[in-house]
Amino acid sequence: MSELVATLSDHDFFRGMSEDHLAKLAGVATEIEVDGDKVLFGEGGTADAAYAIVSGSIALELSVATRQLIVQTLHGGEMLGWSWLYPPYRWSFSAVANEPVHLIRFEAEQLRDMFDNDCALGYEVMKRFAGVITSRLAATRLQLVDFYGNAN
Amino acid sequence: MYVSGQSGIGRLIQALADSGHRVIGPRIRNQALVYDEIAALDDLPKGWTDVQEPGHYRLEHRGGEKLFGYVVGAASWKQYVNPPEAVIWSGTRGKEGFTTDPSPAPAKYAFFGARPCELAAMRILDDVYASNDGVPALSGYTATRAGVFVVAVNCGEPGGNCFCSSMGTGPTAKAGFDIAITEITHDGNMRYLLESGSDKGAAMLRSLEGMETATDAEIESAEAMLAAAAENMGKTLDTEDLPGLLKGNALNPRWESVADRCLACANCTMVCPTCFCNTVDDNLALDGSQATRTRKWDSCFTLGFSYMHGQPMREPVSARYRQWMTHKLATWVDQFGEMGCVGCGRCITWCPVGIDITQEAAAIRRADLRDTRIKVGGVTT
Amino acid sequence: METLTEPAVIDQMTPIPFRVRGVREELPHTFTLELEPPDGSFAFLPGQFTMVYAFGIGEVPISISSSTSKPGTILQTIRRTGAVTHALGRLKSGDYVGIRGPFGTPWPLDTARGGDLLIIGGGIGLAPLRPAIYHAIENRADYERVVVLYGTRTPDDILFEKELAAWGERTDVTTMITVDAADRGWHGSVGVVTRLIGRVGFDPANTTVLVCGPEIMMTVTARRLIEGSSVEPENIYVTMERNMKCAIGVCGHCQFGEKFICTDGAVFPYPEVGHLFDIKGV
Repeated sequence: MSELVATLSDHDFFRGMSEDHLAKLAGVATEIEVDGDKVLFGEGGTADAAYAIVSGSIALELSVATRQLIVQTLHGGEMLGWSWLYPPYRWSFSAVANEPVHLIRFEAEQLRDMFDNDCALGYEVMKRFAGVITSRLAATRLQLVDFYGNAN
Repeated sequence: MYVSGQSGIGRLIQALADSGHRVIGPRIRNQALVYDEIAALDDLPKGWTDVQEPGHYRLEHRGGEKLFGYVVGAASWKQYVNPPEAVIWSGTRGKEGFTTDPSPAPAKYAFFGARPCELAAMRILDDVYASNDGVPALSGYTATRAGVFVVAVNCGEPGGNCFCSSMGTGPTAKAGFDIAITEITHDGNMRYLLESGSDKGAAMLRSLEGMETATDAEIESAEAMLAAAAENMGKTLDTEDLPGLLKGNALNPRWESVADRCLACANCTMVCPTCFCNTVDDNLALDGSQATRTRKWDSCFTLGFSYMHGQPMREPVSARYRQWMTHKLATWVDQFGEMGCVGCGRCITWCPVGIDITQEAAAIRRADLRDTRIKVGGVTT
Repeated sequence: METLTEPAVIDQMTPIPFRVRGVREELPHTFTLELEPPDGSFAFLPGQFTMVYAFGIGEVPISISSSTSKPGTILQTIRRTGAVTHALGRLKSGDYVGIRGPFGTPWPLDTARGGDLLIIGGGIGLAPLRPAIYHAIENRADYERVVVLYGTRTPDDILFEKELAAWGERTDVTTMITVDAADRGWHGSVGVVTRLIGRVGFDPANTTVLVCGPEIMMTVTARRLIEGSSVEPENIYVTMERNMKCAIGVCGHCQFGEKFICTDGAVFPYPEVGHLFDIKGV
């Protein structure tokens, strides 16, 4: 248990949270390993878990016509999406491991209940997500403009 | 210091022609003053003067004996050292790619009647086209310019849009001439003081008949006239920290106000004696054997000027006007160590809507964005 | 009045013929000319550019993308965008181009010695950086960490892909590539190139950053380095681009604020031009 707490406290997303809070989170978490090219979850599936990536990279894919388009890769220190936080709790993309990945998996429903009961903990996590979502949005916007000047 | 009557001026023109110069001087054409070939004293606009205001230019014949009773017209001397269109290189295909064709020998000019502001403009352009490690930027410019014989004329009657005093470029010529003339009326006679500014100027004056030594009275009369002229400018430009003012006001709303008036017609850049922006046009003979590179006047006011990757980088007129004025009065200093403006007033005269660079600078100074004091209803608190 | 004379002193607008030794297609719209200088050697510094002349068609400013240690082979990587670049793209071995230069300021590879060197390229921006990468590898002991970060639109747009892979194999250089979008099967990064910055180790207090790519890419990258990694602005170098007709500071076209990009740049320390990026149409 305390090893998991140590892993969480080292993780970029959870850095700075109190040991009490980390212990509570660790209580609903398990560590998992996923092989390369394995699909962790599919687009449209129920978002019943939260994942923190410890190491390895994961590709986020969208189904576009007949293509599986990778729109983002996430790496160690990042959280894998937030669809589990908000109804209808459905993944808006597929997650495929690029290589062997080490993750921490949290039960989503248990996490949501925990945040409702422990508002301080909920605030700490939501605060961090707000930061992640804003910077992810800013980065994604740059993928929409002609960032590399390739348009003819 | 020499002095002579009007015939001495005629002899000078003749001597310049006889020594192989194409003598270019002020003449009247199509109701305006132009710089074109002159052959004799009679070609000069005796008795003419000009009336210049923002967006307004008229010539008036008032009679009398003055040969130089006007200031500057639309054109400047830059058209001769840096023509509106000129082939600067041509090459012929050969076994090892191509070879450079021989270039024509440069024309040998005498600029007759250059005003002190125009001498400053010539010096400013010399700085722009300075050679690098002895290699000219443009061999045509350097070769032509080296051969120019400059006869300057000091200004006794500043024009309505003149502000050379503000720019420190006139109304008296200090350098950059071979001969400088001051026309005075002394004891009821037209007298012409002639000062040499170089060895070849001195040699020319020594060779002319009818040159007398100027008297102290004549010299004093000339000096007094020029001193009065310095106080009698049509316009003034406050140059106090002008570069800082303009660079610090890139976001001043005044640029939008100018853009409401400015047609982006580029007149100001065409008539300005220091504007040097050019474009390069490469062409190929129909059989592909010979290529020419032509240099043509360009203007930062055109949309095409800043075109890159399919779009203009400087699209709003406010940005283009700001570029021109900021370059002329501010960033030119960073680039060449001096302002690009000589105070000749041409841009004010020839702007079809009468935009006045001195007024625009004053307006920005009054509404300086760098001023952190709050202005309420025009009163500074 | 006018008579012809033998060629006068050559001036800075005279093109010199360079023989095309080869043409290499890099990407669908991008090719590299391999040029042979007439004297067998053409000295330049990484980051400098030439004006490349298609006989009778026109000139374009192109950064030199070859190694300074091989001055007998000049590489110019060119993107087909207009009449001149298309004409250059039709050349074959044995043809000639005209070259003027080298022009412009170089990457600060001397002052960067003794510290980390972080090289960030976007799109075709990798081409002007390649001489700097070659220099760093050929003078490896001069630098601490050497990091190459490259971003482009899709895996099909990766410039110098084989060389990037070769640099990636090296243990003395860290190389990371990212794309904006990819099909399944791409196992590399997907995301904007600035996201790579947080994933590499470098000492912000002792690093020189060379950034090359479109303006938006450079400004975003510079801000990320300054705000997110505490790199001093004066240690970040960008390279600017504008319409150029002469490359010698006499046509006026390439002015950016008080700078002539051809003579004061194209490589600039960020503080010299950073304030100008916010002024639209400057």
